[in-house]
Amino acid sequence: MGFLTNLINGISLGSVYAIIALGYTMVYGIAKMLNFAHGDVIMVGAYICYCSMSYLGLSPLLSILLSVAGCTVLGILIEHFAYKPLRNAPSLSVLITAIGVSYLLQNTALIIMKSDPKVFPSVVEDLPSVELFGGELRIQAITIVTVLTCIFVMLGLTYFTSRTKLGKAMRACSEDKGAAQLMGINVDMTISMVFAIGSGLAAIAGVLLCSAYPTLMPTTGAMPGIKAFTAAVLGGIGSIPGAALGGVLLGIIEIFAKAYIGTELADAIVFAVLIVVLLIKPSGLLGHTTTEKV
Amino acid sequence: MEKVRHLSKATRSNLITYGLVTAAFIIMDLLIETGSASYSLMGLLVPICAYICLATSLNLVVGVSGELSLGHAGFMSIGAFTGIVVVQLLGSGTNDVVRMLIGLASAAATASVAGILIGWPVMRLQGDYLAIVTLAFGEIIKNLLNNFWLGVDKYGLHFSMKSAMALGLTDGGRVLINGPQGASGIPHLSSFFAGYLLIMFTLFVVLNLINSRSGRAIMAVRDNRIAAQSVGINVTKYRLMAFVIAAALAGMAGALYAMNYSSVMPKKFDFNTSILILVLVVLGGMGNIRGGVISAAVLTILPERLRFIGDFRMLIYALVLIGAMNLTYDTRLVEWRRKIREKFSAKRQGQDERGGVSGE
Amino acid sequence: MDLTRMSRRGFLQLAGTLGVSTLLGGCGSMERRPYTGPTDPQKVNGVFRIGGIAPLTGPAAIYGTANRDGALVAVKEVNDSGRLKLELNFQDDEHDPEKAVNAYNNLKDWGLKALVGTTTTGPCVAVTDETNADGVFQVTPSASSIDVIGGVEGSNEPAKHNVFQICFTDPNQGTASASYIAEQKLADKVAVIYNNADAYSTGIFNNFQAKAEELGLNIVSESTFTDDSANDFTVQLNAAKSEGADLIFLPVYYTPASIILQQADAMGYQPKFFGVDGMDGILSLEGFDKSVAEGVMLLTPFVATAHDERTQRFVQAYKELTGSQELPSQFAADGYDCVMAIVQAIEVSGVTPEMPAPEICERLSETFIQPDFVVKGLTGDARWLETGEVDKSPKGMIIKNGVYEAM
Repeated sequence: MGFLTNLINGISLGSVYAIIALGYTMVYGIAKMLNFAHGDVIMVGAYICYCSMSYLGLSPLLSILLSVAGCTVLGILIEHFAYKPLRNAPSLSVLITAIGVSYLLQNTALIIMKSDPKVFPSVVEDLPSVELFGGELRIQAITIVTVLTCIFVMLGLTYFTSRTKLGKAMRACSEDKGAAQLMGINVDMTISMVFAIGSGLAAIAGVLLCSAYPTLMPTTGAMPGIKAFTAAVLGGIGSIPGAALGGVLLGIIEIFAKAYIGTELADAIVFAVLIVVLLIKPSGLLGHTTTEKV
Repeated sequence: MEKVRHLSKATRSNLITYGLVTAAFIIMDLLIETGSASYSLMGLLVPICAYICLATSLNLVVGVSGELSLGHAGFMSIGAFTGIVVVQLLGSGTNDVVRMLIGLASAAATASVAGILIGWPVMRLQGDYLAIVTLAFGEIIKNLLNNFWLGVDKYGLHFSMKSAMALGLTDGGRVLINGPQGASGIPHLSSFFAGYLLIMFTLFVVLNLINSRSGRAIMAVRDNRIAAQSVGINVTKYRLMAFVIAAALAGMAGALYAMNYSSVMPKKFDFNTSILILVLVVLGGMGNIRGGVISAAVLTILPERLRFIGDFRMLIYALVLIGAMNLTYDTRLVEWRRKIREKFSAKRQGQDERGGVSGE
Repeated sequence: MDLTRMSRRGFLQLAGTLGVSTLLGGCGSMERRPYTGPTDPQKVNGVFRIGGIAPLTGPAAIYGTANRDGALVAVKEVNDSGRLKLELNFQDDEHDPEKAVNAYNNLKDWGLKALVGTTTTGPCVAVTDETNADGVFQVTPSASSIDVIGGVEGSNEPAKHNVFQICFTDPNQGTASASYIAEQKLADKVAVIYNNADAYSTGIFNNFQAKAEELGLNIVSESTFTDDSANDFTVQLNAAKSEGADLIFLPVYYTPASIILQQADAMGYQPKFFGVDGMDGILSLEGFDKSVAEGVMLLTPFVATAHDERTQRFVQAYKELTGSQELPSQFAADGYDCVMAIVQAIEVSGVTPEMPAPEICERLSETFIQPDFVVKGLTGDARWLETGEVDKSPKGMIIKNGVYEAM
């Protein structure tokens, strides 16, 4: 039974990673930048949800919507003020800017919300947990909600990018920005939309993360952000099913490593798996291999 | 004829860099001797030296070789803990200068071994994938050090991956590395003078490498890998060379850093420190060694000078990062600067402009 | 590597500049400049400058800010009562030895005469080395490792006679907890979850383990976490559950403890929980569901809900200072006691603020180790051993209906 419990915990953690990784992968696929501030948008999303639930007394659903809206706006603002002027800069400069944004969000949160951790109220308080095998195996409501959300988000994004007009525009930008522009696609607007979607997803991920692991601090998003980034690369960065697969795998590996090898070495093992995968398949599990032209 | 002038320009530029560091050293030394340096500034000198060395070494990877490395702090930590263990094993009977030198040398040795072990698989990857793998290695090193206990007693060295108790030390034995709590009781062997010498050594190695045949090969690989390969340059060899030399230098800087404090924890050498070093390099200008030296000094002092604004100081730091990048690359500003430069260079027409990397 | 062709010229460049620098620079910077702090009575103006160092930003900030706020309450109280004139300057160390030493050097420029801090062990060891070299009196509110005071068996650091601890030493709590659990026959099978990145947590665990072995307590599961992985304990709890542990010993601070309690509750696993003084503060965490802490036992020297007049007054002043309704934790009380202990020692020893720092340090240190020097603090009556360790005893508490009750 211990094995099944661990597996379920792994899938639950992995689903959170997957949702964050989906945001990462969308932004990377189109804007071709490593948005290190993504993890901190998660934290902001969780804080917005926390505040509207605890201070304004709003219902969980309304709070989540508010948090998604807030993060979407935040994502657009970040893109507009910090990243847009750097469209033609070397990728490393964009990376440093992203790190600057990450520090900015963390320290603003520190000043506004103070350093003491908030205990996050579960957004699915009222839903019962499922008990199987006569109570031996207990699946929490939040686990089920997280996994379902993850699947829904992944299917939604796949549909969006392959069927809708905006989604197709995003894919076009991802292939070749110049050509997309010539075809009449508003590249700036498309990139803004990608940030909006990625940040909205980050808000959802933040709420789910904090519901499952109920503590919220200004640094809450940092480590899950790095892990999710790893997950996105593991699955093949730029690929939507890859991000979901990478996230879930990473979560399962992390929990199994903790349970069967040692809690302390779990992170080392997670990263070692990533390295091994990249050495065997340098573009990640589901990534496209591109040939380099002279 | 062209070649001589070419080289002499590089030499002149290198001399300016050496001279700048030396002048700064002498000025600081005079300030200290006359008692006009603040305690705060004096305390910052050794860390500044360490960060300058780290920035210079990372510049070799990021600027000269053109690879994004996000795990430089990992090499720093390997050097730091090697140095600590070696100087403690040598004991206080040995002359301090000799101890320090052996400590630095062994730090460089272990860090370069780690550089080879990591660089060998990593160099098969490129771009952002290489970046994430260096990040992963940095985290792995930190994680392993968090689970590493090393002790010494009369029977020799003991190590364990479990706990300090598992070392089974006899009476009188001491724990040298205590897992996540790191090392304590480290002898203070670092000094500003030692830091200055290490900077000079690091600059010497890096600048000479850049202006050598190997350096040009490394830059050729950076600028166009396929073209370099087609003229017969062994791409992997030169990328690895830059990576390993940078690792060794970072290890020495780590040892210098660690021997300035009586306690050091593996947690210090995490992703944030790797990023900090990267920030120094990028703000100084990638490939610009002198710029890296200056930005390392400025960005180490800046947060300390901003202490009076309390919690807001990291906010300012963040804004400086975003602002610096935006000011450098905002298309309107770039255009404006280009015009200025055109006006300026019109006056000096006839003088040749040389691209590439040098000590300037 | 192709250094041969360049090396001669490069070497000359290097040798030239090095030669100049050694000639001019000399070795003047090698010696440590002695520190006294301001000694001009005009300038000092009868005010004792007390420095403070704590993590005020970053993940450990919650403990550091509590230390600071407690100390601020004490300083205000002393200044209002007119016993002494104090000025307190708190600097951030971000839980990093490098930044802690920087903070200390900043305080030297400001002119500190005694130091309260630092909160966490790693930075504290680095700072105690500096204060020891300078001769600055230091009391740490919560850095509990033996390396902080040094000179004790098992410590890597030399004895530092200028450093004193307000918090318990780790051995004390581990053995006390094991004895209590064994005597009261609280459990057949014990599980432990501790933070092996933390000297405090590991220290208590090691002593707990030794004592438990001696008393025949059955430890069925011991699992660890680090600061990086302090948000998910499902694996550790599962291990304890599958081993059938009926009591979990938690020598950890209250933030991770709160998550452990909630996750255990969510899993439907209800063993007894036993904590130590770091657990205090759990009831005042914002948003914490107190019902999951029902029945938790802990050893703590400070209880914010106690009815004695001094605690009440402190809690009132603390709330006024922070402007929130949150109760102060043990860390705040430790910060308060640090300042109060220094004040009492100043009064007993009769040192004046314009004395040089090393002289103040020597006289305060002598006072602290007097057998009759007792500080009646919020965290109990404290005496100090010559090593700098504190001698006071924890109280056993149990959480009932969301408040502490004596066990």
